[in-house]
Amino acid sequence: MANKLNISINGFPVEIAKGKTILEAADEQGIKIPTLCYHKDLCVAGNCRVCVVEVVGQNRLSAACATPVEEGMEILTNSLKVRNSRKHIIELLLAEHNADCTKCYRNGNCELQELASEYKIMTQDFLELVPLKNYTIDMFSPSIIKDDSKCIRCQRCVRTCAELQGVNALTVAHKGDKMKITTFFEKAMRDVVCTNCGQCVNHCPTGALVEKNYIEEVWEAIANPNKHVVVQTAPAVRVGLGEELGLEPGSRVTGQMVAALKRLGFDSVLDTDFTADLTIMEEGTELLTRLKKALVDKDESVSLPMATSCSPGWIKYIEHMYPEHLEHLSTCKSPQQMFGALVKTYYAKARNLEPENIISVSIMPCTAKKFEAYRPEMHDSGYRDVDYVLTTRELAILIKQAGLDFNKLKPVKYDRLMGESTGAAVIFGATGGVMEAALRTAYEIVTGREVPFKNLDITPVRGMEGVREASVKIENPLKEWAFLDGIELKCAIAHGLVNAKTVMDSVKSGKADYHFIEFMACPGGCLGGGGQPIPTNPEIRRKRAEAIYTEDSELALRKSHENPEVQKLYRDFLKEPLGEVSHHLLHTKYTKRERY
Amino acid sequence: MANSYQLKRVDFIFRNENDWEKVLSTTIKKKPQELINELISSELKGRGGAGFPTGLKWKLTSEAKAEKKYVICNADEGEPGTFKDREILSKVPYKVLTAMAVCGYVTGAKEGFIYLRGEYKFLEEELNKEIAEFEYYCKEINLDFKIKVFMGSGAYICGEETALMESLEGKRGEPRNKPPFPTQAGFKGSPTVINNVETLVHTFTIFKYGAKKFYDLGVQYSRGTKLFSVSGDTPKPGIYELELGMSLQDFVYEFGDGDTKAVQVGGASGFLVPRKKFKDAAIGFKGKLTGISLPTGGSMMLFNSSRSMFNVLDNYLEFFREECCGQCTPCRVGCQQLLLGIKAVKRGDKPASYLDKLLRLTETMQLTAKCGLGQSVANSFSSIVENFREEMIY
Amino acid sequence: MDPIKSLIQNLADQYGRQRENLLPIMQGVIERENFLSEYSMVEIAREMDIPASEVYGTATFYSFLETKPTGKYTIRVCKTITCAMKGKGQVLFAIQDMLKIKLGETTPDNRFTLLETNCLGWCHKAPAMMINNEVYTDLTPEKVREILSDYMKQNGSI
Repeated sequence: MANKLNISINGFPVEIAKGKTILEAADEQGIKIPTLCYHKDLCVAGNCRVCVVEVVGQNRLSAACATPVEEGMEILTNSLKVRNSRKHIIELLLAEHNADCTKCYRNGNCELQELASEYKIMTQDFLELVPLKNYTIDMFSPSIIKDDSKCIRCQRCVRTCAELQGVNALTVAHKGDKMKITTFFEKAMRDVVCTNCGQCVNHCPTGALVEKNYIEEVWEAIANPNKHVVVQTAPAVRVGLGEELGLEPGSRVTGQMVAALKRLGFDSVLDTDFTADLTIMEEGTELLTRLKKALVDKDESVSLPMATSCSPGWIKYIEHMYPEHLEHLSTCKSPQQMFGALVKTYYAKARNLEPENIISVSIMPCTAKKFEAYRPEMHDSGYRDVDYVLTTRELAILIKQAGLDFNKLKPVKYDRLMGESTGAAVIFGATGGVMEAALRTAYEIVTGREVPFKNLDITPVRGMEGVREASVKIENPLKEWAFLDGIELKCAIAHGLVNAKTVMDSVKSGKADYHFIEFMACPGGCLGGGGQPIPTNPEIRRKRAEAIYTEDSELALRKSHENPEVQKLYRDFLKEPLGEVSHHLLHTKYTKRERY
Repeated sequence: MANSYQLKRVDFIFRNENDWEKVLSTTIKKKPQELINELISSELKGRGGAGFPTGLKWKLTSEAKAEKKYVICNADEGEPGTFKDREILSKVPYKVLTAMAVCGYVTGAKEGFIYLRGEYKFLEEELNKEIAEFEYYCKEINLDFKIKVFMGSGAYICGEETALMESLEGKRGEPRNKPPFPTQAGFKGSPTVINNVETLVHTFTIFKYGAKKFYDLGVQYSRGTKLFSVSGDTPKPGIYELELGMSLQDFVYEFGDGDTKAVQVGGASGFLVPRKKFKDAAIGFKGKLTGISLPTGGSMMLFNSSRSMFNVLDNYLEFFREECCGQCTPCRVGCQQLLLGIKAVKRGDKPASYLDKLLRLTETMQLTAKCGLGQSVANSFSSIVENFREEMIY
Repeated sequence: MDPIKSLIQNLADQYGRQRENLLPIMQGVIERENFLSEYSMVEIAREMDIPASEVYGTATFYSFLETKPTGKYTIRVCKTITCAMKGKGQVLFAIQDMLKIKLGETTPDNRFTLLETNCLGWCHKAPAMMINNEVYTDLTPEKVREILSDYMKQNGSI
C-alpha cells in the first residue's frame, strides 16, 4: 500500500499512514511520548528535546515531534539510551527552572512538574542556574504575570502569540545562555502591543505566564458584611469549569456552578448571559440603524461592515492594529461591562442597595476581561462597573479552597433580576454564536418571522474554520423595514486574531462587502479563551462547542428578544434600545493606540 | 598506516592561473550528469567539517523538482582557529564564484549567495567588484547566474547550514529540524546546495584537472587536499594546503615548537589529541585509517607544555555557552552546566567524580542536541577531560 | 523628515522590504548610528511591516547588532583561545588603562566602546581586535597604544 508505511514501535510491527511523525504514530498505538514544546495548536519547534526516541541504526536520537516516519523504521520509545537522555534533559530543565513548586501558581498543573514526577527526579545534581541570573517578574499588567525564572524556553507562548494571534507581543531574544522570551525592548507587557488575550498563559506548560489572580480580593469582599457581592458568569465558563474539577471536556455544569457560587458566599449569582441577550437587542438595533442610514438616508458617514465588540482582546487588537477603523466597531459594551454598569444602577435600585456597597465580580473564560474592567471609561455607573474579574481557572480554585465536592452539588438556577437568559446568549461562548444570536433576533424584527433554519440552528455560521462567511436573504420584510427587501445580509466570522487580521485587511482594502462581522480574539471563541482550563486544544475546543450548542438546544427560550427579564429591563429602566439610558450605560468609545 | 605518511605540501587552492573564464566556459559545455559523476568519482567531501559527499549533495539538489533553487557559499567561518576561507576569498575569489556558477548550472539554480561573516566585512567591497566582473562574463557566455554577498553580523551558529539559511531569510540564526535537508527544502523552502568556501574551490580543481587528479591525492575515504589553519604554539602559524591522511605525529614534527603537549584538531568543536596519541591519530574522514581518524574543518591549534588544559577547555565552553543559539535544552543548559561544572570541580565545590557526571551529560548532548553545535561540544570536552583529568581537578 | 526615518526608508528602498532584507537594513543603520535604538527598531518594523518584537528578537541574536548605545568606535578584542594565549589579557589592560573604561563600557565622550568578541579568524596573527570594521593583528600593549592614539588624534584628544 502506497500510503501506508510498515514500521515497528518498541518491537511491535505496525502500519502507519504516510506523513505522520513518530510522535503521532506512537500516539496512535497508545504509546505516550513525553513532550513540552509540542502543542497541537502550534507548529513543531523540536527544541525541548524531551520527546527524543531511538531509531535503530542511527547514532543520534530523534525528536519524535519533528521526525516523519519512514518505511522500515524501528522505533524505540523507552530504551535505556532514551530514558537516560530524557532524564538528563528533564534534570537540565529543572536546573534552569525556579522549581519552587509549592509556591507556584501552577503547582499541580505544570507539565514540567509532571514530567519530573514521572521520571522521579529526586535529586538536583546539576548546578542551579536560577540564582545566577537576574530574572524579572513582570506584574504590571492587570491580566498577565510573566515570571522569567520559571520559563523553560519552549517558545509555545511565542508561537501562540505569532501563529494564533498575529500579535507578536512575545519574542525570543538574545542567544546562548542569555536567550530568553521577552517583549520588544524587554518592556513590561502592559507597555507593548499585547491584547491581554491570555492565549500565552493557556499555552504555557509551566508557571512562567499566569493570569493575575484576584482570589484573595474576592474572598475579602465575600467576607465583608457591609458589601453586597454580585457575581456574573460568562457563557463559556459553564462548559469549561468542569475540566478543572475533574470532569471530562465538554461537561456542562451550569447548575452546579451556580450552586457552588452560592455556597462560596456570593450574595447574588447572576448571569452574563442576561446581558448577552441585551447586547443582541442593542447591537442588533445598532446594525439595523446603520443599515437604514446607509441604504435609505444614503449617509456616507455610516461605517459598514459593523463589527462586534464583545471580545476585549479583539478590541485592544483593533485599537492597536487598525486605529483608523474603529468606527466599524459596534459601540456596544461587552456583556460583562453592560452587566457591570447595570448592577450598580438598575440592580442597585431594584434591590434597594447603595451602589458603593456593591462589589461586582465576574467569572470569565478570559484574561483580557481583567484589563477591560480596568479601562478608565468603564465607570459609567459612577463607580467601577466591574470590580474583580476571575478566570474559569480562578473560580475552580475558589471552589477547591472552599472544600466543595463539586460533583455532589445539586444544580440550581440563577438568581432573578439579571439571571434569566436564552439559548442565544449561551452560544455567545462559541465562535459564530454572537452572529447566530443576532441573526435570530434581527431577522425576526425585520420580517416578523423566525430565521429560516431548522430548529433555529444557523449552521452555516458554526464550525471551527478560521474565517467563515454566510449570508441570509431578507424577503417580505415588515413595512418599516421595506428597504431591506431582497437584500442579502452578508456576514463574516473570524476567531483567533490571526484570522481577524485576514478579515480586517480585506475591510481595510475595501474588498469586503460584508454588513456584519463577528470577531473573537481566541481560537474557537470564548470557549477557547485564555482564562479557560489548561490544556485547551482543538479537540477540547470542539467538545466545549458541542456542549454549548447542546445547552442552547435544550433551552425553552432561544432568542434574545424573548428574554422576559430583558423585556422588563426595557420597560422599567432603559425604555428602548439605543435610547438615552442605554447610550449612557451600555455603549462606549474606543481608543486609538500605537501599532508599535 | 598513518605514520608511514609524510606530510605532503600541495598547491592547488591558491595556485593563481587566472583561467577561470576558460574553466567555466568549458565546464558548462558538459552535461550536468557528467559533472555530478565527476564529483562523485573524486570522492570530495565537504570541507566545513561535517564531510558530506559533495557530489551527492549536488545530485540530490539537481534531482529535486522546484521552481527555484539556490547555491549558497558558506563563508561564515567562525570555528575558533580557522581562517582559511578568508584567505581563499581574498586571494582566489574567482574560483569560488566559478564553482558556484557551475553548481548553479548543474542543479538548475539561478541565484547564489555568499554568506560572509561580519568579521570579514573588509572583504565585501573587493568581493563585490569580483562578482560584477564575473557576472559580466556570465552574461557573455549566456549563463544565467547571479551572486550576492550577504553579510553576517556576529553569530558562530550561523555556520550551521540551516541556521545560516534562517539568517539569510532575515531571522534569528536558529538551526532547523532535519529532515527536511537543504537539498530538498533550504533557503526559502527551495532546494539549496550549501557548500563551504574551500569545498567549492576543490570542485574548481576537479573540474579543471579532472577527478582523478584529486582522487589520487590523500588516502582512502579521505581524498584530495585540505587547507589547514595552524595556530597556537607554533613557530610557523599560517595556512597550509596538505594532503589528507597525514599522521598527527608528522604534523607536529613539521609545525610544533618541540614541546607540543597537545593539538586541538577541528577547533572548539573538534578533538584534543595529547602527545602520547599523536602517532595513532590521522587527519581525515572516518575510514580504514588506523587509530583515531579526525575529520576537521582545518583548524589546528597547538599547545605546548606551558598551557593549562583547564584554561583551554574553559575558553571553549565559554565560547559555546555564548554562541549556541539557545533554543534546544541539552545545548543551552548543557553548555552552562559544563562550564560551571568544571569550575566547581576546580574550586573544590564539587567532587572529582562530578566530571564523570558531566561526561555523561556530554553523551546526552551528543545524542539529543538539535544541531551539530550541541552534538559536538562533547568532542572537546571528553577528549580534554579524559586525557587531562588531573589538570581539571588540581 | 527626521534623519533616522529617512535613513531607514532609503535602506529599505535600496534593499527591499521583504523579511530577508532585515539584516542588511539593520547593518545599514548601525553603520550610521553605531547602534539600534528603540526608535530605529520601531521605524524598521514600520517600514518593513513586521512586528517590532521580531526586529528586537533578531537584532539581539547577532553580536554586532548592538541595541545599547555604543561609541563612535567599537573595539572588539578577540578572546578566543589563541588570542588569549598570545597576550590578549595584556592588550585589554592597555586599552582599559588608556581609555579609562572597563569592558562593556563606553567613554564619556561617546567615542569608544570596549567589548570582547569570539574568534575573529586571525589566530595565526594573535592577538587580534577590530575597531569597527578595521582589523588589527599581532597586538602588543605598545602597538595597541599607538593604534588608539591615532584614533584619538583623528578626532581630538579625550
